[in-house]
Amino acid sequence: MKEAVDDAVPTAVDILYYPNSTMIEFRLDGHAGVMTYLQIVQQVRRALLVGRLLPGDQLPTVREVVAKLAINPNTVLKAYRQLEHEGVLVSRPGAGTFIRQDVRIAPRPGQAALGAALARWMHRARREGLDDNDLRAVFDDVLRNEDNKIAAAQ
Amino acid sequence: MSGVAIESKGLTKRFGSTVALCDCNVRIPANRVVALVGPNGAGKSTFLRISVGLDEPSTGQIKVLGWSPQAQPMLVLPRIGFMGQDRPLYSRFTARELLELGRRLNPRWDGELAKARLDRIGIPLDRRAGQLSGGQCAQLALTMVLAKRPDLLVLDEPVAGLDPLARREFLQHLMEAVAEAELSVVLSSHIVSELELTCDYLIILAEGQIQVAGEIEGLVAGHRVLIGPRQGLEVESDQSVVRSTHTERQTTLLVRSDGRPPGPGWEEHQVSLEDIVLAYLAHPAARSLPRPEVLHKEGPTQ
Repeated sequence: MKEAVDDAVPTAVDILYYPNSTMIEFRLDGHAGVMTYLQIVQQVRRALLVGRLLPGDQLPTVREVVAKLAINPNTVLKAYRQLEHEGVLVSRPGAGTFIRQDVRIAPRPGQAALGAALARWMHRARREGLDDNDLRAVFDDVLRNEDNKIAAAQ
Repeated sequence: MSGVAIESKGLTKRFGSTVALCDCNVRIPANRVVALVGPNGAGKSTFLRISVGLDEPSTGQIKVLGWSPQAQPMLVLPRIGFMGQDRPLYSRFTARELLELGRRLNPRWDGELAKARLDRIGIPLDRRAGQLSGGQCAQLALTMVLAKRPDLLVLDEPVAGLDPLARREFLQHLMEAVAEAELSVVLSSHIVSELELTCDYLIILAEGQIQVAGEIEGLVAGHRVLIGPRQGLEVESDQSVVRSTHTERQTTLLVRSDGRPPGPGWEEHQVSLEDIVLAYLAHPAARSLPRPEVLHKEGPTQ
């Protein structure tokens, strides 16, 4: 049974459908209350923002995504189209979908330092006995207060 | 392809004194994955069986891929892959024998595709269908219908009775098939949460009639939950109200919304597909029917 696969000469189509590596794997949060295509859009943006995706990286094909997540292909197409529209992706017919070389979402210069500072803050918070939910509550609370201050100043 | 997968006008089916389908008008666009939902006995299977030529309408018309499955079976049936309820297979046949049967019965049969799929899934060709697990049977049945190289797949409760893992694997393979080929799919199901991810068009059948038909995205965008001060029961006669529930102090409405903000005192919430389906299923008589847009455009025939 196995031999049948090994003997088969891969065609161009096979190679396109099964690229050796893709840099991102999407996941779905059924309870996020966020539409599925937007979850994909956000995951690409976030991956760029933290440097997990880089210009030139190839995204999984629609077929690969739906075979993994069991979602409607149009959902993936819609997400990719939106990202294309935003200047994040470029699709090259016959080759695949890639992060544009001139994509404008990238880690900020000071981002690594900010991440490290946040990590130190988290260690402290954990020592104080805060769990994940507590951490988020504090973060959201501070964020809201800061937003309010900015709004009041304007 | 014509752009329309299934179109029915005045479709009615009686079994003796029982009316299984009553004046069903629907136009299902091609290249969609259509969810057909409704309570048991709503007429889902009857609609699907008429679509694939296994039953005849009592009155009214149905066209599938542009042809009548009853009057022009040789034109349309080779283009349809149909999987009946319980995914029937000849249990004493081996997988190889089933594929041979498919090859002899179907002009567009793709034996290579069938073998490659079974190999990938890990179903040995010499295994009898009766010895396979439920999930494997479903995959074998899906392989059979896909090897027909159909333009339209009609699946009657394809994942009913499967465990969650087998259900997911079935849907993964189905969605992969949709991504590979221009394929229209109509599937009936009870599991609404999975439909939201896999389907893009919804039809609700209630008591033999089409209650809802439309793009899922449009349906979700076009419905809201409103929470506000307690209303009298007259609110239920409002055409846009699908479902209303009341406590002593507040009223919760699921309404069809035209996008305008609700009046003062009402708090507005987004709905999920599940909210919509459950609201309509709970109120089969509520003729708050968002008619399929295409029917409005037909003009003179209306």
